Amino acid sequence: MTKRQRIVVVGHGMVGHRFAQAAVERGLTETHDVVVFGEEPRAAYDRVGLTSWFGHPDGAEGLSLLPGGVYDDPRVRLVLDSVVTEIDRAARTVTVVSPPSAGSRDGRQGALLDQRGEPGAVTVHDYDVLVLATGAAPFVPPVEGRGKDGCFVYRTIEDLEAIKAASETATSGVVIGGGLLGLEAANALVQLGLDTHVVEMAPRLMPVQLDDAAGVTLVRHVEKLGVKVHTAVLTEEIEGDSSVTGLRMRQAGTEEGAPTEVVEAQVVVFSAGIRPRDALARECDLETAARGGVLVDEQCRTADPHVFAIGECAAPGGTMYGLVAPGYAMAEVVVDALLDGPGTFTGADMSTKLKLLGVDVASFGDAFATTDGALELTYADAVSGVYKKLVVAESEAGDGSFRLLGGILVGDASAYGTLRPMVSSGLALPDNPEQLILPASSGVQLGMPDEAQVCSCNDVTKADILHAVAEQGCESVADVKQCTRAGTTCGSCVPTVKNLVEEHFASVGKVVDKGLCEHFRLTRQELFDVVAVHGYRRFDDIVEAHGTGRGCDVCKPAIASILASQTSTHILEPVTAELQDTNDKYLGNIQRNGTYSVVPRIPGGEITPEKLIVIGEVARDYGLYTKITGGQRIDLFGARMEQLPAIWKRLVDAGFESGHAYGKSLRTVKSCVGSTWCRFGVQDSVGLAIALELRYRGLRSPHKLKGGVSGCARECAEARGKDFGVIATEKGWNLYVGGNGGATPAHARLLAGDLDTETLVSYLDRFLMYYVRTADRLQRTSTWIEQLEGGLERVREVVVDDSLGLGAELEAEMARHVGGYADEWAATLADPAKLERFVSFVNAPDTPDPTIAFTTERDQIQPIAPALIPVGAPA
Amino acid sequence: MIDLARATAVCAVADIPREGGVAALVDGVAVAVFRTHDGSVHAIGNVDPFSGASVLSRGIVGSRGTAPVVSSPMYKQAFDLRTGACLDDASVSVPSYDVSVVDGVVLVGGVR
Repeated sequence: MTKRQRIVVVGHGMVGHRFAQAAVERGLTETHDVVVFGEEPRAAYDRVGLTSWFGHPDGAEGLSLLPGGVYDDPRVRLVLDSVVTEIDRAARTVTVVSPPSAGSRDGRQGALLDQRGEPGAVTVHDYDVLVLATGAAPFVPPVEGRGKDGCFVYRTIEDLEAIKAASETATSGVVIGGGLLGLEAANALVQLGLDTHVVEMAPRLMPVQLDDAAGVTLVRHVEKLGVKVHTAVLTEEIEGDSSVTGLRMRQAGTEEGAPTEVVEAQVVVFSAGIRPRDALARECDLETAARGGVLVDEQCRTADPHVFAIGECAAPGGTMYGLVAPGYAMAEVVVDALLDGPGTFTGADMSTKLKLLGVDVASFGDAFATTDGALELTYADAVSGVYKKLVVAESEAGDGSFRLLGGILVGDASAYGTLRPMVSSGLALPDNPEQLILPASSGVQLGMPDEAQVCSCNDVTKADILHAVAEQGCESVADVKQCTRAGTTCGSCVPTVKNLVEEHFASVGKVVDKGLCEHFRLTRQELFDVVAVHGYRRFDDIVEAHGTGRGCDVCKPAIASILASQTSTHILEPVTAELQDTNDKYLGNIQRNGTYSVVPRIPGGEITPEKLIVIGEVARDYGLYTKITGGQRIDLFGARMEQLPAIWKRLVDAGFESGHAYGKSLRTVKSCVGSTWCRFGVQDSVGLAIALELRYRGLRSPHKLKGGVSGCARECAEARGKDFGVIATEKGWNLYVGGNGGATPAHARLLAGDLDTETLVSYLDRFLMYYVRTADRLQRTSTWIEQLEGGLERVREVVVDDSLGLGAELEAEMARHVGGYADEWAATLADPAKLERFVSFVNAPDTPDPTIAFTTERDQIQPIAPALIPVGAPA
Repeated sequence: MIDLARATAVCAVADIPREGGVAALVDGVAVAVFRTHDGSVHAIGNVDPFSGASVLSRGIVGSRGTAPVVSSPMYKQAFDLRTGACLDDASVSVPSYDVSVVDGVVLVGGVR
């Protein structure tokens, strides 16, 4: 058996992460150990989507490509906050410096590589294979004053944090550079509420991707959003003493001393391109390209056979690629090379499609018609701000047909998904190609060849997608995304993926089974409608009319939940009692030894000392283990089933009610102290949290629901980690939806801003009822939104714009729920028939379950694992 | 066949909800007694072998194919009410008991 080889990866950006991921997925870790050193304090994140970090201070996790920061495979180790400072190619070692503490250094600009000699832990690591994935650093042009306070680059989450902090006291900001990233940065400044300017040296925006006409169209869009665009200007100086006060510029092409103009600004963001970070390679005498980047061959190997370079720090064949897709391709190529595969990197698709400041922009293929014999077809509508150009050439087949070389789309990029694959496939265009860019070009049907690349970020072809659905059992877009990674980076190909999946199933005549279980072929949503339309109240009627057999632990609780959403009857009424999962059946949470935990509602987390004392007394008297939960409540563990009614009685008498910790229902609405106590609070978050918790308590839903209300943007209630999160603004409330913790955490996204309380509540009513009506069983709000056609935008149309005219109906349904609410504990206590089930043994109601036993730890009870007790033996 | 002389009367059949279960103590052992939709009564051990907790009587009663089943409230494995066999893991089963209804009273006998 040969010794395991060790791969050291320098850099944990998107490309370094992709390499590690591919190494695991493709079996390279069977023979190799992988160690990845990342210099940032956090694991790789989606730098392409960096701007979406704004608006949520805890948003870094939301962008993370590796939530939790650990790979599934123990043979891949990720070491963060560590800088590789030296490579010794002869000894095959790298020297790594871990700073003494994360906060002691300036994380901006990725300048860490230059920080030699700083005290910190220095370690040396062997490698058999070294993979450089150090990426690129923003280029800061040598403008006078560029080091002043208020000058930033736009590359890392730390950069954004710094820009955000500076924007709190600023009114105006300038972005230097009108390329892709510059417009992203401008978008960020707009979101931060700054009066925003973009300064571009070239005569148009996005000069690399767009032609003049497209650039002009884009300027019109961008200016409509309040961004002032200055093209064909040179920055002369950043003004101000120690801090930035403005930016002085003059017309490009004029001599020094020509008239200048000053734009007032307290924030300046440099976005004038990037430079490969190849210093490490240079210092160990690896050759670099003329314009930077480690020179590598088609396998991304340097002249040293043990060293590879991938992503923006690499220059395969002398060319550096500043996009993520080529970097991903390089990562795969190196994994392939290490597996002795045939993969090579021979250039990349430089297509881009973006939604910049809400404007669709796409550029692909030979956008500037540089190919011999290329012809341009353009369509422009200056009024609506649409510009489309196709670059075509006569086919080499000589049959008079044309093929597509490239194009530019501004204002409406909906054709991108169809057009871009045509470039790579070389497919002949239809007879009248102008139809492809004219408005309403729906008449032209395009067959896409199997080899057409659908997802350029992850290099997924149509054939890959068809393979996934036909051979690998994928049944939905979500399955395909997971299986092939198509649509998981920029997302622009998701509509195409969806069409392919649907086309495939239509072509094989297969109806995708979305049925709940063997007893029902219907989805939860269909069952919900069936129950509503027929007015069913009994499981028996539903299964007889629409199902088979006698149901199971999947369909019965789902139907119980649907019935609970549509009626206000107690869930332990005889017709529904036997449908309930054990937690709902006993109105508590079953724990590992068969005992239950009891959680009284503490709305908004606000509780009087008297009530606190009662909880303490109950816990003491019944010997219960107590723990403060993550949701601002107190959990009482270890109650035997037959003790539950007596425990509830004590609590109900003291004014408590069920906290519904057991149900797929509203759990809590967490809050911070808000304006009542907090010196930063701008609204009464406690008051609102209590009102919302009381309004939605008992609402049965497809999955458990949580809410949060924060009194200011500091977000102490972590409201954006909840299904609905409300954050106070100076003007009212911002409403976020679709967040959750759990195994797949998600951050809630903004649905509507600056709402008054009444509007907020009506939107929430609509949102929650729409979710209850249409989500799948056990589908959280985050996945529900993701899988809803149109996503969050669709939710906004229904909830905010009321595009379906459903608003009043959804609100009325919620009003019915609110009006019909009764405490389930109190109602159970008041009904002797319901209490009958709360006995240990039907023939020995006073004999406790002998399998339940406790020990004591940290002064409280802990269960003894029941399996340790011989089955059936009395204690 | 059930040995009536040695059987334990646990409750009236009406005390068991239709498609529900109750726990009974039979010779010091916890037994889960169920009534299915067609009115038949079944008895199996109450201890869920996957968790060790005495809870099977609290599971949801339904069907899998033609078999009447209860799913454990702990980890949801289904057990055949007629035999005690776990339908999700062939190597696991719980005891099943002779059971009979006489004059509306449920009698549980010995392990089958």
